[in-house]
Amino acid sequence: MPELTYLQAISDGLRQEMRRDRRVFVIGQDVGVYGGAFKVTQGFQEEFGPWRVIDAPLSETAIVGGCTGAAIMGLRPVAEMQFADFVSCAWDHLVTVAAKQRYRAGTPVPIVVRLPSGGGFSGGPFHSQNPESFFAHVPGLKCVCPSTPEDAKGLLIAAIEDPNPVLFFEHKHLYRRIKGEVAEERYTVPIGKARLHREGDDVSVITWGAMVHTAAEAADLLEGEGISTEILDLRSVLPWDRDAVLASVRKTSKVLVLHEDTHTGGFGAEIAATIAEQAFEDLDGPVRRITAPDSPVPFSPPLEKAYIPQVEDVVTGVRELASY
Amino acid sequence: MATAVVEVVMPQMGVSVSEGTVLKWLKQEGETIAADEPLLEISTDKVDTEVPSPGSGVVTQILVAEGETVAVGTTLAVIAAEGAGAAEPTPEPEPVAEPEPTPASAPAAAAAPPPAPTNGGAGERTFVSPVVSRIAAEHGIDVSGVPGTGTGGRVTKKDILVYIESGPPAPVPPPVAPPPEAPVAAPPPAPAPVAAAPPPPAAPAPAAPAAPVAPAAEGELVEPMTAMRRGIAEHMRRSLDTSAHVTTVFEVDMSKVVALREKLKPEYEKSYGVNPTYLAFIARATVDAIRDWPWVNAEIRGESFVAKQHINLGIAVALEGGKGLIVPVVKNAEGLNLLGIARAVADLAERSRNKKLLPDDVQGGTFTITNPGGWGAIVGTPIINQPQVAILDVEALVKRAVVIQDDRGKDVIAIRPMMNLCLSFDHRLVDGAYAAQFMKQLREQLENWGEENY
Repeated sequence: MPELTYLQAISDGLRQEMRRDRRVFVIGQDVGVYGGAFKVTQGFQEEFGPWRVIDAPLSETAIVGGCTGAAIMGLRPVAEMQFADFVSCAWDHLVTVAAKQRYRAGTPVPIVVRLPSGGGFSGGPFHSQNPESFFAHVPGLKCVCPSTPEDAKGLLIAAIEDPNPVLFFEHKHLYRRIKGEVAEERYTVPIGKARLHREGDDVSVITWGAMVHTAAEAADLLEGEGISTEILDLRSVLPWDRDAVLASVRKTSKVLVLHEDTHTGGFGAEIAATIAEQAFEDLDGPVRRITAPDSPVPFSPPLEKAYIPQVEDVVTGVRELASY
Repeated sequence: MATAVVEVVMPQMGVSVSEGTVLKWLKQEGETIAADEPLLEISTDKVDTEVPSPGSGVVTQILVAEGETVAVGTTLAVIAAEGAGAAEPTPEPEPVAEPEPTPASAPAAAAAPPPAPTNGGAGERTFVSPVVSRIAAEHGIDVSGVPGTGTGGRVTKKDILVYIESGPPAPVPPPVAPPPEAPVAAPPPAPAPVAAAPPPPAAPAPAAPAAPVAPAAEGELVEPMTAMRRGIAEHMRRSLDTSAHVTTVFEVDMSKVVALREKLKPEYEKSYGVNPTYLAFIARATVDAIRDWPWVNAEIRGESFVAKQHINLGIAVALEGGKGLIVPVVKNAEGLNLLGIARAVADLAERSRNKKLLPDDVQGGTFTITNPGGWGAIVGTPIINQPQVAILDVEALVKRAVVIQDDRGKDVIAIRPMMNLCLSFDHRLVDGAYAAQFMKQLREQLENWGEENY
């Protein structure tokens, strides 16, 4: 199997779907001639033409609104937000129209919105956010957050196939940093199934997206101290894999929920609450959260480092729980 | 240092309760406790319950040992506000060479040891996590005997798993056989009212329940009487001494109820999560019959008879392992339909077994139903629950061959689900004919239960 970067895997999956299914098209700012801000769709317009690789005006509202209409009429649009942060302009179309359409009228809305998200490169407050928690609160949407190239391709194809609006949160910091073997043929990864990234006995770390890799580095360090860390990669936060989380809790009895998004009302709170409700008698310590603080993402590199959970933070958090 | 001292007293768990027994101390002397954190478990003749701490601080003295029974209002323990120093009220024989830190001349005092951070003897091994608590309960382990390696000596899940795997370190008393079949008329326990022995001098060993145990001969098993058992004994004896007990037995053909229950059961369970038990049907029919025969729902008060407008149905619930009996009350049952009664009975039974009943739940009954039929009993002569005047005993539902009339009025033998209902009533107030008419109506209601009639 070829080794691809996370970004190449997304590109590969998208291209494969466009070749396979003529209903699939992409639309977004600079996705055509320029090949996308991050070059996910480089060469796409040459291969598929300007009618299936559409350069959109600077209006997320128009992009998602148009996609919703096209989907209702039977197409399978894949929209790109240049940065996930800008999706707020498309809030109404996603939350009020796309998420409710199936419920109100029975019409499926098979759109995918790709959301380059996350920080780690001094992008500042407008280009670094992780807005998955907002949308995880909206029944009717699906929110996918892959952490590996293999999952990125398989989940993107599953998202395109899915009859519901799917928000695909691809982490920018992983684009060229993470590589992995990815099958050449088409495959899907089921949305809503977590993946055990690392097996361990002492503490469970529940996380997703880029934080999976932060947790993995921490787990390597902790192993040297004799602490065995289990890492569960949720892969999607809506729907999320309660069974897998509860199974891990029952095994280790100590849980750290880790996410890059801010603290208050972050999706980690939902996980912690569910654990308290459904696995209370299996807990041997408080459910801990490590998240970004409740503040916009800073530009300054040292501040951003203090803001985004780092390997050392996870090491400390897991260590404290292990000795609790 | 201003020492805020809080005394913990035996609480009044209901109007008629005058004393309570300390079952278990959840904190030992020297341990810290937060306000409202459970401090001890007590047992009264109404309910068993936990007593929360009235303040936060350190438990400096425990004045009543486990197993002792004391009057309401008796001081059970003393809690000193945090920082007040655990040793304060205990006149420790050795006044350890701790020179009174005279003020002034500070430099010398600097050499004194730093103030001990309320290091109350055994340490602060207080918190038992949910998972440890569950594992301990499943294996019948006393967590206080497990060596802890967690924060502050807390017992972690690993600790208790290791403990289970390797077994307890020291020999423990052999597991006692299940509850003795204590004949109520046992010889009076030796008068050993344990003159409130001074609490053992802060022995860190797990406090063995101090109980006034009569010496056991070989082959005997002696257990101190619990407050509940004493309450039951006194109550039953007093009832027989008070009421003129008569029991009447009625046979009831339950075919219609059985059929209706089969029909309702899936719906009730699916929609309401409640099992429509036979007991619920009978309770519902009893309430209706009482409306027409109100003197079975009454009491004798002095020279008067008092009929009750409200029907508060006591439901006798046996505690597991022969540990006693409790009679929680479905209040105002006259306002409940079948579903309401089924739900109320299920809730009370559940809370009885989990010790979650509140004192109010066991008071104010006006008529009692007891239900030994579940174990196969077919006839009983229950004792009236004073000051009530009647108690209904629900016996086993059994298929029997009975003679009935077929459509053409011909006698035939049929197999029918039959149940005996026995009513003990107080002949001082209720005469045999009245009781029989009440029972006749109850039987007719059960035998002719229409679908609309619930």
